[in-house]
Amino acid sequence: MALLRITSPHAHGPMSTQRVMQQVLLAALPGIVVLTYFFGFGTLVNILWGSLLALSFEALALKLRGRDIGFYLKDYSALVTATLLGIAMPPYAPWWLIAVGIASAIILAKHLYGGLGYNPFNPAMVGYVVLLISFPVQMTAWTAPRGVGEVPGLLDALQACFLPALYDGVTQATPLDVLKQNNSLLIEQLWEDNPIFGRWAGLGWEWANLAFLAGGAWLLYRRIFTWHAPVAMLLSIALLSAIFYDGGSSASGGSPLFHLLSGATMFGAFFIVTDPVTSAVSLRGRLIYGALIGMLVYIIRVSGNYPDAIAFAVLIMNFAAPFIDHYTQPPTYGHRKKTEQH
Amino acid sequence: MRKIYDFHGGIHPPENKQQSLGGPIRSAGIPKQLTVPLSQHIGAASKPLVTIGERVLKGQVIAEAGGFVSVPQHAPSSGTVIAIEDRAIPHPSGFHAPCIVIECDGKDEWLPLQGLANYSERSPEELLDLIREAGIAGMGGAGFPAAVKLKGKPESQIQTLIINGTECEPYITADDALMRERAEDIITGVKILQHIVKPTETLIGVEDNKPEGIVALREAAQGSDIEVVEFPTKYPSGGEKQLIEILTGKQVPSGGLPADIGIVCQNLGTTVAVQQAVLQGRPLISRITTVTGEAVDQPGNFEVLLGTPMSHLLELAGYDSTRNKRLIMGGPMMGFTLTDLNVPVVKTTNCLLAPSESELPAPPPAQACIRCGLCAEACPASLLPQQLFWFSQGKEYEKLEQHNLFDCIECGACSYVCPSNIPLVQYYRASKADILQQRRDHEKSEQSRLRFEARQERLAREEEEKAAKRAARKKAAELRAQQAADSDSVEDPIQAAIERAKAKKASQQQSAATESELEKLEKAVASTRKRLETASSKLKQAQEEGSELVEALQKGVDKTQVKLEQAEKALAEYQAKQPQATEGSHDTGDAAQAAIAKAKAARAAAGDMSPQEKLQKQVDNLRQRLEKTSQRLAESRSAGEEAKIVDALEATEQRLQSKLAEAEQELAKFNAMEAS
Ligand code: SF4
Ligand code: SF4
Repeated sequence: MALLRITSPHAHGPMSTQRVMQQVLLAALPGIVVLTYFFGFGTLVNILWGSLLALSFEALALKLRGRDIGFYLKDYSALVTATLLGIAMPPYAPWWLIAVGIASAIILAKHLYGGLGYNPFNPAMVGYVVLLISFPVQMTAWTAPRGVGEVPGLLDALQACFLPALYDGVTQATPLDVLKQNNSLLIEQLWEDNPIFGRWAGLGWEWANLAFLAGGAWLLYRRIFTWHAPVAMLLSIALLSAIFYDGGSSASGGSPLFHLLSGATMFGAFFIVTDPVTSAVSLRGRLIYGALIGMLVYIIRVSGNYPDAIAFAVLIMNFAAPFIDHYTQPPTYGHRKKTEQH
Repeated sequence: MRKIYDFHGGIHPPENKQQSLGGPIRSAGIPKQLTVPLSQHIGAASKPLVTIGERVLKGQVIAEAGGFVSVPQHAPSSGTVIAIEDRAIPHPSGFHAPCIVIECDGKDEWLPLQGLANYSERSPEELLDLIREAGIAGMGGAGFPAAVKLKGKPESQIQTLIINGTECEPYITADDALMRERAEDIITGVKILQHIVKPTETLIGVEDNKPEGIVALREAAQGSDIEVVEFPTKYPSGGEKQLIEILTGKQVPSGGLPADIGIVCQNLGTTVAVQQAVLQGRPLISRITTVTGEAVDQPGNFEVLLGTPMSHLLELAGYDSTRNKRLIMGGPMMGFTLTDLNVPVVKTTNCLLAPSESELPAPPPAQACIRCGLCAEACPASLLPQQLFWFSQGKEYEKLEQHNLFDCIECGACSYVCPSNIPLVQYYRASKADILQQRRDHEKSEQSRLRFEARQERLAREEEEKAAKRAARKKAAELRAQQAADSDSVEDPIQAAIERAKAKKASQQQSAATESELEKLEKAVASTRKRLETASSKLKQAQEEGSELVEALQKGVDKTQVKLEQAEKALAEYQAKQPQATEGSHDTGDAAQAAIAKAKAARAAAGDMSPQEKLQKQVDNLRQRLEKTSQRLAESRSAGEEAKIVDALEATEQRLQSKLAEAEQELAKFNAMEAS
């Protein structure tokens, strides 16, 4: 039998791209469960319908580009994109809204740029922003959480998605909106007056955030990504909100805890900011990248016109990632200056 | 406790070392044939000293060192030389290279050996000679001649001697086995090295996955100032640069040597070889090789004669070829595959790995890079492997060099962790080769550009010189013309004298010009020769000192040699083209030669003349001939010669006169034209 000629290394580690993606999906589960508990099946329908579309669009794009469909579909990246977009979108979105979002994400943001690994912008966030700009009404219609309003059932959710004309859901401003629009009440009063606030942040939101935090911690533990970008982002949000807390006055931007557990903070920190393809690469670069995203998130949340800011902040920083990389190239072995030697 | 530093990155692949540590070191015996490659080390190949049919004894020198960075080769057993020819050698690309093949007689008859009883009374130089003569080349990776490395540069004082007992690659246990079984020999070897290098501290670095070896070494090292340092297992801590960082916290500057920061590193196996060479006079003719992997039934360590065919060794270990798809010399991270089972064991063969298909499966197809950064986290050189990969794909060589591709030690850590199974190291190797090729090409084209420019310059110079000559001649001719016009056929001796003087001056000037040109060329040759001399002496010095700059210097010398040849050639060409100038300037006084030169000059001058000058010359000629003819006529008349002759002369005179008148008229026309 002829012996193979293969160059070194001959051994390979256990990690594979499929496994990375699978674990990301797995880590998102607790967050999805909590969202479903508080807001009903809307998110789940978003994800499932989105996944179906994502796989079809991906297959189509691969076919058009003349690639091996089976080989690339197996990398799970389309599923991850669909799941992230499904979580980010408001539940009970109509089918076409999801379709437009997924198409933007998979075809526009991913394959037009050359497919997985070549896309400079996070596909899920591109999809989200396209929708938010084109359909602001639908994209800001969040259902009231369990405990405040009636939570729709599975049938309602399916109807909302596929027969949107017949669905009539109750929507409500999110805690972030309420806080932003407030200019007369002290934070404390706001909390007392408004049932949508929970213990630290929005009712339901705080638990969803904690669930995403747990998933993120597990991914960190599995060494799927490094801690640098998410931790830097969370720290910078906490720092800025502490600075501008203003003692809880009517002009307060909200407490650090409120910001950390509101909206898409944890989801963004562990599932969006950590997207390897579009973030900075070096460790120092990731610190800068995460911190700047956190800063943008806070600024847009407090003074911008949109309900949440993760998507914009991330896309803006996607732009900057190559520059950050350029300036944070780590010193190669043997290139240290003499003075830096121990 | 010594402070242990960490190096960036690194990985923890499954160690798989237990398989080959089951028993003691076994002897691989004497095979039927031994194939000794003439190049088992970095540097120049050795030169054979034996002939086919010659009987050799075990330990006999069969090839001498082929240069300073080279070592001799010895017969690993007694027998008859049956071939000196190209054979397959262990090499990543399956090279064939010159080998000496010995048919063993099985007697294993030694050449009488003589060791040094008391090495500490000998000078380091003497010991280094012994080490070189014993053929010891680094037994870890690249196989750098040990003596060269030990000698170092005189200006770099060595403070730290590091013995590399790390053996960080999975599967390999050759050094581990040595530590367990021959700790005494190792320590003695280290002491000899200490005597040679005279360091202020001596460290043996061992990963903490070899506890038995560490205990054995520490026991043997008791009472000495040799420190056995244990540190956490992590691949590739055995890389020389990484080990240095672990033990000292210092980094070897990029492109530099450990000696630059006062460190010299030796492999553990080398210390045993040194001990044997110095104390017993035994050359390096065998080594410990690990044979392991699921395709062998009795994995273990073997003491094997260099030159033993791999097949022999595999057979001893119970090799089952049906289970084996790839055979690796070295470890699974940096080893290379062998496709020929008959290649011999060489000085650097630390392991022979025969894995089963499931043990090291064939690499799955590569997927897209998702920029996960795992590779950058794993890279011990702190490179950004994904960027390097990116630039390699785009063949962006400049960017690759900016991102320090050449600091990549090809450890394979990045490929190991890459979730997309991208064969990163393969890309880097290819890019490195391309860049080196490009550099060579660039150098070549640069050289030919220089050559071309030199030629252009020479041609331009020659053209200028010609023009100058022409101008000088023209001036002289004009002068003569004027004088002729002034004196109107009557020779004015003063004018003639002036003209001659002027002409002489002009020609002197011209020859001065050519002379300075010649001088320039001669100077160029002389200075290049001088440069060559200094470069050669530097090279020689470097060779004596064992500097690793030897190669670079050698290149320099070669280049200067080429330049010298060019300069000499230019000079020779110049001299060949300017015979009259050079000969004129070294006036020999040889009348005949002067005449020839003059004639040549005249001919050359004629070629360069303007129509006016030609006419003038014609006029002059005619006038001269006419004069002569008139003279002759007068003579013959007065002598009363035959009428026939006088008539003929008269006729000639008339013809010349009319011709002269014609020519003068013509010339006058020209002159008038010029005047207007
Ligand atoms: S490990 Fe592989 S997939 Fe990840 S960044 Fe490096 S090259 Fe890309
Ligand atoms: S092979 Fe080169 S780039 Fe890859 S980890 Fe090793 S040193 Fe770094």
